[in-house]
Amino acid sequence: MVENDRWGIFLAHLILIVGVAIVVFPVYVALIASTHAPGTFLQGVMPLLPGSHAIENYSTVIFEGRSNAGAPPIGLMLWNSFVMAMMIAVGKIAISLLSAFAIVYFRFRFRIFFFWIIFITLMLPVEVRIVPTYQVVANLGMLNSYWGLSIPLIASATATFLFRQFFMTVPEEMLEAARVDGAGPLKFFKDILLPLSVTNIAAMFVIMFIYGWNQYLWPLLVTNDEAYYTVVMGIQRMVTGADSEPLWHLVMATVVLAALPPILVILFMQRLFVKGLTETEK
Amino acid sequence: MARIVLDGLSKVYPGGVQAVSDVSLDIADGEMIVLVGPSGCGKSTLLRMVAGLETITGGTLTIGDRVVNGLEPAQRDIAMVFQNYALYPHMTVYNNLAYGLRNQGVDKAEIERRVQEAASMLQIGEYLDRKPRNLSGGQRQRVAMGRALVREPAAFLFDEPLSNLDAKLRVQMRVEIRQLQKRLKTTSLYVTHDQLEALTMADRLVVLNGGRIEQVGTPMELYSKPATVFVAGFIGSPAMNLIDMAYLRDSGIAPQALPSGTDLIGVRPDELLLTAPAEPHLALNGTVALLEPAGAESHIYVTLGGSDQPITVRIAGLPQVTEGAPITLYAALDGLHPFNSASGRRTG
Repeated sequence: MVENDRWGIFLAHLILIVGVAIVVFPVYVALIASTHAPGTFLQGVMPLLPGSHAIENYSTVIFEGRSNAGAPPIGLMLWNSFVMAMMIAVGKIAISLLSAFAIVYFRFRFRIFFFWIIFITLMLPVEVRIVPTYQVVANLGMLNSYWGLSIPLIASATATFLFRQFFMTVPEEMLEAARVDGAGPLKFFKDILLPLSVTNIAAMFVIMFIYGWNQYLWPLLVTNDEAYYTVVMGIQRMVTGADSEPLWHLVMATVVLAALPPILVILFMQRLFVKGLTETEK
Repeated sequence: MARIVLDGLSKVYPGGVQAVSDVSLDIADGEMIVLVGPSGCGKSTLLRMVAGLETITGGTLTIGDRVVNGLEPAQRDIAMVFQNYALYPHMTVYNNLAYGLRNQGVDKAEIERRVQEAASMLQIGEYLDRKPRNLSGGQRQRVAMGRALVREPAAFLFDEPLSNLDAKLRVQMRVEIRQLQKRLKTTSLYVTHDQLEALTMADRLVVLNGGRIEQVGTPMELYSKPATVFVAGFIGSPAMNLIDMAYLRDSGIAPQALPSGTDLIGVRPDELLLTAPAEPHLALNGTVALLEPAGAESHIYVTLGGSDQPITVRIAGLPQVTEGAPITLYAALDGLHPFNSASGRRTG
């Protein structure tokens, strides 16, 4: 531990405060910007105090949208984002749990080979394989659908690897005790392994939900029907929309609303999340 | 309740390692058999083969009147107590006990009755709502026992269940397990590497070495008439002294009339005396290397004259000897254990 001297503490706090300020400032600017009148930003001076158009701006974003500026009402986009993020998070967790279960508990041929194949896909993020993936999704007729938005992003080496590491720390005797108690593989998985993994699943859910929510490039590619626009790509469309100046006050209001669901997920799952990343006692 | 018959059981691992070779054993209904041996002797593997956790690669295993070679553990009507207890950490004690029964489809009232009965027998009734992590080592041990009890199985299998407890608790649980087993009269197979645990708990003792049975018998049979040098050295503490016949012949004190082929003599530390007995005896001269008082008894480590062979003597009380002083040890001839060192077997 660092010595307990005044200057050390002062310095540490100074660094932390500066760090927080750097991170928080853009968020603050977005929040402020979303409360001003349309013309404010064209003057080139960024106000730092709240304006008086907060209610007006937010109600426009939520209830009316600006279709001429490429922005449908935000509700549908939030819903689309939510569905996509949920499908990705739940799908990733389900598939990763099962594949980690198979890799750890079953002695099948080429087990190690499959593990490495899964592991190597870590090096192939969506952007790298985006053209062939688009081709596959298009051929399957999944453009402009929730399936098309989520399925290609569901396979996850990260989560598989994390669950594998966790399963390997569950004592072998636990499985044997379950076998003696008459539990087959799936019953063992359901009754013993899943309850033990709850905190890990929660941590994974938070990470994967945010990963899904923040997807930008992929939704941009596979949707051109407004009914399937997600909010993150919606923001982009608002900025580049039409040939007018971007409606910054509305863009910022959308940004603030788009940031809320991930924040809520983290707030509600924080306790489990931290436990899942740090807990070792079983 | 069942008889268990092991007929020529063998285990060869895929890599070609032979863990258990040709073990045959007939365990009577209600008998407590203790498998004992050094680490790596195959005793745990053998137990796990009986449990169904390891496949059997040769021989047949019969529990009751069924051949169970190919059956899953749950179908063999056995219950196992694991070394680390293997309690389900997310379940309460009650659910830990009930889990196996639920899987068997036992109805609720019957589960309740059996769990309560086992809990009162093991005095864990007040912990039924707790999670295992809130229990002490001894309590966990009891829960593990309880999980075996509620199954009312044909046989209990214990895999070194006491090795994680401290010395005092170990003695206490040893006594309790044995009393419980005698009361329930359930056939039991108990693995341990602790020879004292083995001697005190067993109806019959099986000493394993290198995957083979060295000797089977009651604890007293094994103690008083070990069939091999290995058993002689393994059972009894301190270990039996083994003296080379060549040394005795060189010293001119080789006893006559030993079975032919004897070239190694075993003497238990407590069969060595400091005063000459009336019957024919052997007298060994040496010097006291160390005196080790241990309360009710003392151990004297003696180096025999003209050799560097250490000899251990166990004597009641605190004998009047000084370290470095010469000493003469006496052993009655009919207390000697004659062995052949080449075959490792007893000669008579």
